[in-house]
Amino acid sequence: MPGVYVLAEHDRGVTDPATHEAFTAASALAANLGESVVAVCVGSFDSDFEIACSQYGISEGIILTSPLITDYGPEIWGQAVADLLKLCDPRVIVAVGTDKGNEVLAQASARSDMPFVANCVEVEHKADWAITRTQWGGSLLEDVTVSGDFLFLSYAHHAVEPVPSATPSEVTLQLLEVEVDSALTRTLVQERTTLTEGATLSTASVVISGGRGVGSADAFAPLEELAELLSGKVGCSRAVTNNGWRSHADQVGQTGTRIAPEIYIACGISGAIQHWVGAMASKNILAINTDPEANMVTKAGYAVIADLHEVVPAVIDEIKRRRGTT
Amino acid sequence: MRILVCVKRVPAPGSRINVTEDGLSVDTAHLGFTTSPHEECALEEAAQLIEEHGGSVCVLTVGPAEAEEQLRYAASVGGTDFSLVLNDTGQDWDPQQTAASIGEAVHQLEAETGIFDLILFGNESADAGGYQVGVRVAVALNRPIVNGIKGIEVEGESLAASREVDGGIEVYSLPTPAVLGIKEGINLPRYPTMKGRLASKKAEIQTTETKVPAGTQRLVRLHRPEEKVTETEVLGDGPEAATKIVDLLDELGVL
Amino acid sequence: MAGRLDRAVESKRGPRVSDFPKEAQCVVIGAGIVGNCLVSHLSEMGWEDIVLLDKGPLPNPGGSTGHASNFIFPVDHSKEIVDLTLESQRQYEEMGLQNTCGGIEVARTQERMEEFKRRMTSAKCWGIHSSLLTPSEVKELVPFVSEDIILGGFYTPSVSAVDSLETGTQMRKKAQEAGHLAVFANTEVLDIETAEGRNKPRVSAVVTDKGRIECETVVVACGVWSPRIAEMAGATIPLTPAVHQMADVGPFDVLVETQQELAYPIVRDMDTFCYERQTAGSMEVGSYAHRPILHRVEDIPSNDEAALSPTEMPFTADDFDQQMEEAIELMEFLGDGEIKYAINGLLSLTPDANPVLGPTVEVENLWSAAAVWIKEGPGVGRLMAEWMTYGYPHVTDPHGADVTRFYPQQRNVHHIEARAEEHFNKTYGIVHPREQWATRRNVTNGPLKARTDALGAFYFEAGGWERPHWYESNADLVEQYDIESREHEWDSRWWTPISDAEHLHMREHAAIVDLSAFQIFEVSGPGVLDYIERMVVNKCDLTVGSSIYTPVLNQSGGFRSDLTILRLATDRFRIITGAFDGGRDEYWFRENLPGDGSVQFENRTNAVCTLGVWGPRSIELLSSLTEDDLSQDAFPYGSHQEVLISGIPTEMFRVSYVGDAGFEVYTPMQHGLALWDAIIEAGSSVKLRPVGAAVYGTSGRLEKGYRLMGSELEDEYTPVESGLARPKVKAADFIGKEAYLAARNEEPCAQLCVLTVEDLTCEAGYRRFPMGAGNEPILTPNGDRIVDAKGRVSRVTTAGNAPSVGQYLLMAYLPSELCEVGTQLQVMYQNEHYPVTVAASGANLALFDPNNERMKA
Repeated sequence: MPGVYVLAEHDRGVTDPATHEAFTAASALAANLGESVVAVCVGSFDSDFEIACSQYGISEGIILTSPLITDYGPEIWGQAVADLLKLCDPRVIVAVGTDKGNEVLAQASARSDMPFVANCVEVEHKADWAITRTQWGGSLLEDVTVSGDFLFLSYAHHAVEPVPSATPSEVTLQLLEVEVDSALTRTLVQERTTLTEGATLSTASVVISGGRGVGSADAFAPLEELAELLSGKVGCSRAVTNNGWRSHADQVGQTGTRIAPEIYIACGISGAIQHWVGAMASKNILAINTDPEANMVTKAGYAVIADLHEVVPAVIDEIKRRRGTT
Repeated sequence: MRILVCVKRVPAPGSRINVTEDGLSVDTAHLGFTTSPHEECALEEAAQLIEEHGGSVCVLTVGPAEAEEQLRYAASVGGTDFSLVLNDTGQDWDPQQTAASIGEAVHQLEAETGIFDLILFGNESADAGGYQVGVRVAVALNRPIVNGIKGIEVEGESLAASREVDGGIEVYSLPTPAVLGIKEGINLPRYPTMKGRLASKKAEIQTTETKVPAGTQRLVRLHRPEEKVTETEVLGDGPEAATKIVDLLDELGVL
Repeated sequence: MAGRLDRAVESKRGPRVSDFPKEAQCVVIGAGIVGNCLVSHLSEMGWEDIVLLDKGPLPNPGGSTGHASNFIFPVDHSKEIVDLTLESQRQYEEMGLQNTCGGIEVARTQERMEEFKRRMTSAKCWGIHSSLLTPSEVKELVPFVSEDIILGGFYTPSVSAVDSLETGTQMRKKAQEAGHLAVFANTEVLDIETAEGRNKPRVSAVVTDKGRIECETVVVACGVWSPRIAEMAGATIPLTPAVHQMADVGPFDVLVETQQELAYPIVRDMDTFCYERQTAGSMEVGSYAHRPILHRVEDIPSNDEAALSPTEMPFTADDFDQQMEEAIELMEFLGDGEIKYAINGLLSLTPDANPVLGPTVEVENLWSAAAVWIKEGPGVGRLMAEWMTYGYPHVTDPHGADVTRFYPQQRNVHHIEARAEEHFNKTYGIVHPREQWATRRNVTNGPLKARTDALGAFYFEAGGWERPHWYESNADLVEQYDIESREHEWDSRWWTPISDAEHLHMREHAAIVDLSAFQIFEVSGPGVLDYIERMVVNKCDLTVGSSIYTPVLNQSGGFRSDLTILRLATDRFRIITGAFDGGRDEYWFRENLPGDGSVQFENRTNAVCTLGVWGPRSIELLSSLTEDDLSQDAFPYGSHQEVLISGIPTEMFRVSYVGDAGFEVYTPMQHGLALWDAIIEAGSSVKLRPVGAAVYGTSGRLEKGYRLMGSELEDEYTPVESGLARPKVKAADFIGKEAYLAARNEEPCAQLCVLTVEDLTCEAGYRRFPMGAGNEPILTPNGDRIVDAKGRVSRVTTAGNAPSVGQYLLMAYLPSELCEVGTQLQVMYQNEHYPVTVAASGANLALFDPNNERMKA
């Protein structure tokens, strides 16, 4: 069956919300190419997948199964997706450019010796594929042509706004058994530890970050308190990690975590490009900075030109006051 | 342990990256060059591994003759052997070509000196960010690879490699020889010492030329995304702005 | 919710500007150390409507200030620089932003140890406490120095490190809080508009990406960007961006343990041109040893293109390797430190390494304040504010830093880059006071060059011109006159005994001097008399054919210049000034033209060739070449006439700067060579010899006690003190008259004197010869510095042999109570004391022919 095949990303059956971006983008691409959309799920069947397909108007779903695919494994997933080329007749296989999405497509493309173009923002097919993709974490765009009929491509994460279908679709699911090399089980996830409950930096709806202007590791306490009040997460800039004030896991930026919260509160962050590309997908940005000319301030929708050490406690007090907790 | 680290020479730009007039490359007139951050960490990790377990760190790059600078830098922070696969076309090869050239170089190096227990890549390069060269090389060598690695433990003949995912950590156990894609954060890379820098000038660099197959991707042009002009609304210039901030949080439904 | 962000307002405490201003009294471009300090001083001096712009963000807009090492070694050989440095240290200290950590310069060579003696002399002169250290004493202060590779140290406890960014911020804030200043960061200047001014274009507006500001005055304080900004208005600021490499290395336990920003003195490893400065746990290693790396202004990246800041360019490690090795030699632990930060930092280099300050030549009310180090920043801020407010500065006489000092051929990029390349590695070098440039020579030659070359002339550069300093062809005279050689290489560098022989020959026979480098201006027109009277102290309304030697003062009554004026016609004067002063003098005379077209100014330097012919037989010689009567009666001293010499039209001027009878002879440039040949040919009968500028400028004038601009004559001294006040003051008004009258009415607290050195023998037992480079203090018999009631130190302004007097002479200002002839004092040279005696003071300082009988013979 020809079509635009789109990979659903999931963790042990729980669909990653980023999949919605992939579904939306794939549907648009399919419309453009005059193709239908086929959603693909590797390894596990869960009602989540079907629901997502339905929400996004996708009526065909394929579940690639094998007794060997007991969990996530980049090689085994990649091999399964590569097998689609033999089993079906995809025009293109797409995913969202999360770490996992890119990893699986890289594996699949390597195993099928097909091109893979990561982090695309625009895709057209004329004589060749004409693609615009991001470089430098989104600071630059690259127009590239790719020869050949088939390719793998991922859409830059946070570049597509998920748009559920107005009318949910009936979903036909097909189970496809794939034959995968048992040796590839060598890279199945062996063990997991859960670090945090609830929202993570990349999924939080409120992220409060501190930069060099915070001044020390201890001075992050008010930011922590505010994050807790708003059920948000605390992030930081590269300068902070370099100073050893916070762990790299909290770093927002090109080489850290990319975030897309409802509101990003950047405290004492100048807004170097490395940081900005990690934060630019935020829906709203509030910069708290003493320097009205700081990059972060000029790029933010909202700003308070003042010392974060005065403003943050005041905000905490105000929230407590309104909630009647003081 | 015999470790190979693959690094890429990339410009070190400011907050605005300019493109040359022909649109085919980044304008580096004002810029210095560096090693992609993930790869710097890969190199550091390799240096730490051999400090603990003994062995060698061969550093390989594909690029112009100037990429010698990055190899010398690697020599100043723990690299022991150096290999430059020359691409003097003036343009990066596409990911398939790059992977092919590295694969060939690995074959050659291993034929000369033995199998690498571990090959490290950066998760993705700072500039092109293709997210696939390491995977392609690993697949071609039929060695296991996991990307996004932020921790490595040597456990006999296998490696425990961990990475951060939303909400937790995934741990993989890979038999060697293995390949890993390293992510920044696994360590804080050391800076070269002055002695290290001076010693690095004596490092021997093996330069090889290779024929690569035709690529599938052709760069048409680079350009900057349209800048969003943001009108900034100032909520105040002191702690009294707290009321307005909380109003805004309320409006956005996050209070 | 509150209104849209007005990015214009940096602080709510500033002026209430809701929009970008449309007008301002003064726009200062550049918020580095200079711009910030300047606005603060302007505000204090009553400027109430100032705008400070920078294209970068605050507090670090990305210029050289942002990456400066921020340390200050106050001892320098130049008075001007020391004045600025000490004033800056005073201001940093007052703001509490100075950390006085001490500093040691270490020597690895004997030559450097000699230089330290010179530095001790300078330190004494400026009243800075310094001392010489043995290697083990150095090690006591800086325990991690390898004492075995150094020969000693020069220690100055008052060496300090400052916070230049915070200083800038506070300076700016002060002016803002006074309500005098609006600051706009991230504001790019696109153009500087000019309108018709009095005598040249005048600034009218600054155009930025945020709007246009009409203004009266604009200051370019843009550091490395200054040339580009000035060019927008059509002005030149001659400097080039150049790289100074530095690396931050560490951490080191020995430094971390101190828990201080600076626990150890800063070390300058002078012979490797490097420094090591502690910054908390790390060491900053900086170098002036690497190859000169110059950039063009247009090649500096913008703030957002730069990886760090625009002036922190990518480090080129290869250039620094040798410095690293040498740094490790001095401090072994440095080798194990990590290089955490390393840059090719940009700074500004001018053709002569001095700052470029003051009003620009080309555009009225456009000022330059550039090529300034952190150590001079606040001082320059004050100096510029004074200059802009009062018309002259108090901090110091800025003639060595005056941007108008450069001639047109010295303002182009070829000259700037060649000279910057040449002096970059001399930043920590040992530069002889008489040292000559090697590059960009033979660019400006007089018409006699072929002849003087043939005579083996050794040329010194004089305001860009090649001027014979002595002639090897006169070497035979050395033996004839039994001239002493100088034992110490330093004393004899850029010196020859031939000069003294030439001098004695001139006194005995006749001499011809190539004065092609003279700067010659002519002013003419119906308003010329009023104009020239206003410009100078002495009366100019004399008969045609007469001359005036006169001081030129600034508004404070201090010297701006001294020069000679000839009345060529009722409505035309010729102004003759020195090769080193032409740029500043031309600026001043043009600047003060009435602006109604009634006076024309013409620079005739390139049109007129000047020869000097002096000596007891000079009149006889010249008379043999003309029909005209050249006798004193027919052609008295101080007069000038048109004369045909061998059929060549000349203007002859009976005058002498060397104390012998003779003339300055002017002829159109195209006749210069023929005139020279004619005089030389006829001269054999009177044993005429060509003599060099060493005789003209030093030994000849010194025997006569004549003053030299820039040496004896400076704006901190008045004509009264220099002995140039005439008995009467002319009725006409002139610039500086009020101050001059006041000076005449008070007892001068210092006077210019000539001193003889009684014994030149140094401790090592041979004769030494003070240079007169300005840094040699006159001391009391007890060895104390001498400072007059106005705080001015007594120091040697000129030194040299007086062959016809048989003495080694010094000129110096002394407090009036020490001026009496016969007073015994000392002079310090290379850290040793020599006995001196006051030999003359007052108006007539001549020890040779004090009654001027020879000149009027």
